Amino acid sequence: MEHIRTTKVEQVKLLDRFSTSNKSLTGTLYLTATHLLFIDSHQKETWILHHHIASVEKLPLTTSGCPLLIQCKNFRTVHFIVPRERDCHDIYNSLLQLSKQAKYEDLYAFSYNPKQNDSERLQGWQLIDLTEEYKRMGVPNSNWQLSDANREYKICETYPRELYVPRIASKPIIVGSSKFRSKGRFPVLSYYHQDKEAAICRCSQPLSGFSARCLEDEHLLQAIGKANPASRYMYVVDTRPKLNAMANRAAGKGYENEDNYSNIRFQFVGIENIHVMRSSLQKLLEVNGAKGLCVSDFYSGLESSGWLRHIKAVMDAAIFLAKAVMAESASVLVHCSDGWDRTSQVCSLGSLLLDSYYRTIRGFMVLIEKDWISFGHKFSERCGHLDGDPKEVSPVFTQFLECVWHLTEQFPQAFEFNEAFLLQIHEHIHSCQFGNFLGNCQKEREELKLEEKTYSLWPFLLDDQKKYLNPLYSSKSQRLMVLEPNTVSFNFKFWRNMYHQFDRTLHPRQSVFNIIMNMNEQNKQLEEDIKDLESKIKQHKNKQTEDILTKELLNSVHPESPALKTSLCLKEQTLLPVNDALRAIEGSNPADNRYSDYAEEFSKSEPTVVSLEYGVARMTC
Amino acid sequence: MEFAELIKTPRVDNVVLHRPFYPAVEGTLCLTGHHLILSSRQDNTEELWLLHSNIDAIDKRFVGSLGTIIIKCKDFRIIQLDIPGMEECLNIASSIEALSTLDSITLMYPFFYRPMFEVIEDGWHSFLPEQEFELYSSATSEWRLSYVNKEFAVCPSYPPIVIVPKSIDDEALRKVATFRHGGRFPVLSYYYKKNGMVIMRSGQPLTGTNGRRCKEDEKLINATLRAGKRGYIIDTRSLNVAQQARARGGGFEQEAHYPQWRRIHKSIERYHVLQESLIKLVEACNDQTHNMDRWLSKLEASNWLTHIKEILTTACLAAQCIDREGASILIHGTEGTDSTLQVTSLAQIILDPRSRTIRGFEALVEREWLQAGHPFQQRCAQSAYCSSKQKWEAPVFLLFLDCVWQILRQFPCSFEFNEHFLVMLFEHAYASQFGTFLGNNESERCKLKLQQKTMSLWSWVNRPSKLCQFTNPLFEANNLVIWPSVAPQSLQLWEGIFLRWNRSSKYQDEAYEEVVNIIEYNKELQAKVNILRRQLAELETEDSCGRPSEHP
Repeated sequence: MEHIRTTKVEQVKLLDRFSTSNKSLTGTLYLTATHLLFIDSHQKETWILHHHIASVEKLPLTTSGCPLLIQCKNFRTVHFIVPRERDCHDIYNSLLQLSKQAKYEDLYAFSYNPKQNDSERLQGWQLIDLTEEYKRMGVPNSNWQLSDANREYKICETYPRELYVPRIASKPIIVGSSKFRSKGRFPVLSYYHQDKEAAICRCSQPLSGFSARCLEDEHLLQAIGKANPASRYMYVVDTRPKLNAMANRAAGKGYENEDNYSNIRFQFVGIENIHVMRSSLQKLLEVNGAKGLCVSDFYSGLESSGWLRHIKAVMDAAIFLAKAVMAESASVLVHCSDGWDRTSQVCSLGSLLLDSYYRTIRGFMVLIEKDWISFGHKFSERCGHLDGDPKEVSPVFTQFLECVWHLTEQFPQAFEFNEAFLLQIHEHIHSCQFGNFLGNCQKEREELKLEEKTYSLWPFLLDDQKKYLNPLYSSKSQRLMVLEPNTVSFNFKFWRNMYHQFDRTLHPRQSVFNIIMNMNEQNKQLEEDIKDLESKIKQHKNKQTEDILTKELLNSVHPESPALKTSLCLKEQTLLPVNDALRAIEGSNPADNRYSDYAEEFSKSEPTVVSLEYGVARMTC
Repeated sequence: MEFAELIKTPRVDNVVLHRPFYPAVEGTLCLTGHHLILSSRQDNTEELWLLHSNIDAIDKRFVGSLGTIIIKCKDFRIIQLDIPGMEECLNIASSIEALSTLDSITLMYPFFYRPMFEVIEDGWHSFLPEQEFELYSSATSEWRLSYVNKEFAVCPSYPPIVIVPKSIDDEALRKVATFRHGGRFPVLSYYYKKNGMVIMRSGQPLTGTNGRRCKEDEKLINATLRAGKRGYIIDTRSLNVAQQARARGGGFEQEAHYPQWRRIHKSIERYHVLQESLIKLVEACNDQTHNMDRWLSKLEASNWLTHIKEILTTACLAAQCIDREGASILIHGTEGTDSTLQVTSLAQIILDPRSRTIRGFEALVEREWLQAGHPFQQRCAQSAYCSSKQKWEAPVFLLFLDCVWQILRQFPCSFEFNEHFLVMLFEHAYASQFGTFLGNNESERCKLKLQQKTMSLWSWVNRPSKLCQFTNPLFEANNLVIWPSVAPQSLQLWEGIFLRWNRSSKYQDEAYEEVVNIIEYNKELQAKVNILRRQLAELETEDSCGRPSEHP
């Protein structure tokens, strides 16, 4: 709290991000230990987590006050105008401090308390069990075994303790290979395809330089090849552009020489590095954040940012993996430089194409735990959790989520989860509210004692499962399906709901998805009602037959009175509400009047109170 | 029959048909006066029936004696026929060429088509102007029907009956007609019941360079204003273009002569600019080999979505004037037959719930496009593959449909019709067995005696068996004004039209099917619950009535 000087500022204006007529809402700004909160005159609250803040900027003073521009990692952009410069300065300074913490212990996760007891918390952490996951894939088996070489993080600090390697690869071979690989990240199993007996393995680049070789490494690759009796060769996929890989040779790193490794087929797939990706996203955000953007600037900006080109490259690489496994029963070894960025993207996406389990809610969590968290994708550095090197920040995981989103668009029935699930995960890789994504590898997480001090995100997502279910998911038809996405360029679209998540004015005003989701829920309720009614009717009928029997016995049968029957006053009961609110059109309120942006001509004459004869009553949110 | 001489080879065996996403089919190719037919004579394979009028362009090439004809259709589909024998191939190609470019409208298929369905309602009489006017007359007495154009003498592109201010007599209308391009004097396009404001449309005023004025014209449009109120004139051309038009005798309304009106210029493109945009877009969509950068830059360079944005924005502006500013508007461009109609009809989609129903939309197309004299024959003569530079083609109507689709995407529950309905209208505007879109205006249609000699598209559509294909299962009527977002991030390429033949939509179709199933199931369950509740209530009443009698 020592960073907070001003906790409340009144008469602050929140500008509409895209309005060309400087539309704004007036309200009060509050600064808490964890959040920045704006409450407008309609009592609508905007919460911004300090950790979500990517940048704070104080713009030159204007006549109406001091502008403060805040850009968030979840792509929210807010533009405040604070009446007094001193307040603005205080807030600005506080946010600078609060959004860039120096120590892990100061992150939200260490103070976040969702009122769970210790055993619940621990259960939460045990929800995803990777040993179980490897078992599900079918390892260990006669070809693959659990290696204890890294049990104490002695060989590779950024790998997990438990690693699966070919049974015939002895410990000296593993140790030898690890010395020949960047950061000791030697080839290990990422995914095993039981039917094809083919494996997806991952590692970092070899320290081959121009001519160095390592027999143990060559042995290990041979062992991986032999662990797959279905194919005589295996692929080695270097996910980098060839030029980058070659440049690495000068630094004593590089890529595998096909001559030294028997039976490998070597392949570059050309995904750019984290720096290119960072600046690509930066460009994208500059383009789509522009006011009064015209169509051609949008598309030429989209093109020059290269963003969709990168997404397509990642997708194409994953398809290469899936095809090698499915069509050729071949194993694939994937690496980039360190094997924790592009390699994670490609291995996880490849597995997702191959295995429908990863397309379920729980399976997707497992996939993230396996290929991202446990294999040491440097979440804290890539997401900039702490005040650190800005050059380490890169949207690698965001790209992975975007690839998955593109798949959900092409295969609307193949995924158990919906877009909201992806967005929620994205929210939390940056929120530092849960421990899952803190730290850069498992060893670091253990040292931070995250399981004791913080909570896991997954149980909270599972509790909220209803929100994340895809109503069109058809589990039966998907079980054995391998996804074969079409990557012709026109299939890739700008992900509006990610990059404009908070810009409601750009969204469709009615969502088919929400309606169907609610209808599905309602259908379940109706099925229950029907059961309930049927049993009640049955009871009544039984009773009546009993009554009739008794009556017959008493020999006093009354004919049914027709008058009675017609006088039955039946009111058609209204059924469950058909979610009117959902069908209603969002955003017809004065605060969200996109209509005034069609022409600047009207900005001057905008009525202060817009009378809305329709709409207001049925508004959602 | 007349076509016999055009058909050099009526029939070729062993022709192989290639279509994207379908296995190749071998069969017999037949040419009739109006169709190209390929039949494999097997029960389970689909036959190809292609209207000659749907053919936009053909290419032919030869490898040895095997000829290949590539047929490019107006609906953007491309199919390939492998024809054995060079002579046959050449004959077929030249026959198709001749048959697909018939000069005389009366030789077109609609004049020969005999319906195989039962006509429930004759579409030619479904949307009579008198009936449409009745919808307004209950709300206002300020307007009247005028028959001044009965013989099409005052304005050749107007229908015989138009709606004009009551206070303006036919004599004044004749004078105004001489002051407006093509005789298109201002007429009522839409009356907004909520506040009595109106949309009028016309051709440009013929002010010329010396600032000619016409008192009757001023009087006519002022007659639509309430005391002390101002109106807006939306000129769909940029100020620059409008000023240049003066040199050719056209022009725009001078402030001095129309002090109660405020003029707003927008710039919606016309003619060849739009046609070229379409050609570029379709070319970009058809090339699957484009890398990402090339695809995006081609999509951008086509400018198609820029046109969409401009048209939608202008329509929103018009609707905004009416609904939010409470002001009447007059819309025109140059002729008042293209961009003007895009704007007036889209404004109605935004403002008027009726135009979002199937019937209401049909009425809108009838009123604002057919009756209003959009020259369909000229605009839709060729589509995206035509190589010859003809002056009059332009995808004006397709752009309108695309804009409707954009709004439909943003308000998926507010329309009674679905995307298929819009696609169907696009197809029929370019090639059809029905007479509805033939001719350029009512006058031409009358001369062609279309009502007597051809079938109306609406007769075919408005049957339950057809309607169910075009009905949006999510529709729930709402009376709101629907304001679409026109930000580039909110506009999308209409895949159902432009990528229709370039990728499989299997998974999307299956998902749509599932949506329909869920909705159907919901209805079923609701009905069942209602029945059970009634049963239970009856039983309960019987019980409570029955009881006392047991103890007399």
